[in-house]
Amino acid sequence: MALIAALTIALVATVVCSLGVGQYALSPGEVAGVLLQAVGIDTAWAPEASTAHGVILDIRLPRIVLGLIVGAALAAAGVLMQAIFGNPLADAAVVGVSSGAALGAATSLSLGLATFGMWTTPVWAFIGGLVAVFTVYWISRSGGRTEVVTLLLTGIAVNAIAGAALGFMTFLGSSASREQIVFWQLGSLNGALWQNIALIAPLVLAGLVAALLVARRLDLFALGERTARHLGVRVEALRIVVIVTVALLVCAAVAFAGIIGFVGLIIPHLMRMIIGPAHLPLMITSILGGALLLAGADLIARTAVPMADLPIGTITAIVGGPFFLWLLIRTRRTSGGWG
Amino acid sequence: MLEARGVTVVPDRAKAPILADASISIHPGELHALLGPNGAGKSTLFGVLAGDIAPTSGEVLLHGEPLARHRAKELARLRGVLLQQNAVTFSFTAREVVAMGRVPWSRTPQEDQDEDAIAEAMAKTDVTALADRTVTSLSGGERARVALARVLAQRTRLLLLDEPTAALDLRHHEDVLRIARAEADAGSAVAVVLHDLDAALAIADHVTLLARGRVVAQGPAHEVLTAERIEEVYGQAVDVLEHPITGASIIVPRRSVHGAAARLSAGAPAH
Repeated sequence: MALIAALTIALVATVVCSLGVGQYALSPGEVAGVLLQAVGIDTAWAPEASTAHGVILDIRLPRIVLGLIVGAALAAAGVLMQAIFGNPLADAAVVGVSSGAALGAATSLSLGLATFGMWTTPVWAFIGGLVAVFTVYWISRSGGRTEVVTLLLTGIAVNAIAGAALGFMTFLGSSASREQIVFWQLGSLNGALWQNIALIAPLVLAGLVAALLVARRLDLFALGERTARHLGVRVEALRIVVIVTVALLVCAAVAFAGIIGFVGLIIPHLMRMIIGPAHLPLMITSILGGALLLAGADLIARTAVPMADLPIGTITAIVGGPFFLWLLIRTRRTSGGWG
Repeated sequence: MLEARGVTVVPDRAKAPILADASISIHPGELHALLGPNGAGKSTLFGVLAGDIAPTSGEVLLHGEPLARHRAKELARLRGVLLQQNAVTFSFTAREVVAMGRVPWSRTPQEDQDEDAIAEAMAKTDVTALADRTVTSLSGGERARVALARVLAQRTRLLLLDEPTAALDLRHHEDVLRIARAEADAGSAVAVVLHDLDAALAIADHVTLLARGRVVAQGPAHEVLTAERIEEVYGQAVDVLEHPITGASIIVPRRSVHGAAARLSAGAPAH
């Protein structure tokens, strides 16, 4: 509980700070004023200039909200994948689910598809992500568990295939869609729009609700699939629900922000270290932690280099890469090899 | 209570069955041991009884109903299953793992017994002191006892235990045998896969002896486990002797005498 409170406070503080920081700087009081005014409460804090409203409500806020949604979705997807793979190294970007989703989205753009109207990009991202997660799942598991090596090698293969196809799509596409594809591969929250958020927020919400509902049953997966079944879990059904949920969360995250790696790896692992592996509290804290990580990373991305907006994917990768390496070494040591 | 009738298992792409026409019935108040050399089909039969392996032909009935007709949750309230593989993926504590045995009872009146069942199961298996340790930090034998505690915490009337004594030291080996016996005496039906013939003779009411995928003999332990039959099935000469103190029958493999024992019997001083 203390952790949930701490994360929430940190999250609010980061968001308020992030809203104020930038080329057009505002104090936390002014930020609060604008936000309160937007929901219909006038306070003395609200600044006079209408630029302040524009900057906060139309530029910074959608970007931050997109970050929160994406962070929460990726962290929850990480917890889900680690539970059904029975492996703490499973992450959407590592095993190639993000690449699959990006490929789906890029395909729809390059070929100028409009199969599902405004839903086209998310739907294609979903299909790509689903295919990728199923592929990895069926190939890399044996006896209800996934060995580290098998999981990572399968991830490399899936990433390579998706990467090649993505390259092909880049080649085929118009210069506009090319730019879009490159942007995906780096991962960025730049240019977030409210209508994008309106599109993915319901998907992520549905995914998070599903993730919280199955969380308790995921505990039993830690005993292996056969034992989980003997304890009354309908393993096959739960597995499908989890896989579809992962694809849903990852596609929503990837559709407008591209591939942002390692969130699903770092956050669940940190939370597990603090509160233990029980999945319901782990899921709740990871959702908050994922949102916090991206809010913080985005703040750095916007402010670290003056007048430049770094792709957020590179920030999470700079932190996440070494972390992943450390995890790998540790897992290898504790399991006495590559098991 | 649990009955398999004419069960045959032919794996995919294999011509020969790994289990052929096996029948077995396990009754309340009875401890039934499944015995046989490596590769005899014990684990396959166990898997069929547990519902993990669907037989190619034949059927398994639990309370007179085919196993597949029971829902997973309902099955979990009727029988507890201990597998040989008891690895735990994340660092759950021993107590958390034992508490997972209570999950089938959540949102039932029996939920009130949770604390009681967990404490009792941990005491029986001597893991109370390990309660707050993470399972990943435990030794193989400790982990096996935690897994057994999880199954006992389920409080079912039918127990299926696959080699519960593997990896255990002498005392905990005997503890586990006593627990299994006590469960049967309390009216549960218990099926145990064992390698230790002597232990089977000591605690089992009934035994099923398998060899090369077939049931070779079935019946009361002392009738099935004769020296001739064991030698025939295992290819190892044994003696069935009377224990000089307890008077119980014991099975001893015939070994050539080496080392200190040889010197002792020859009257030479041991160094």
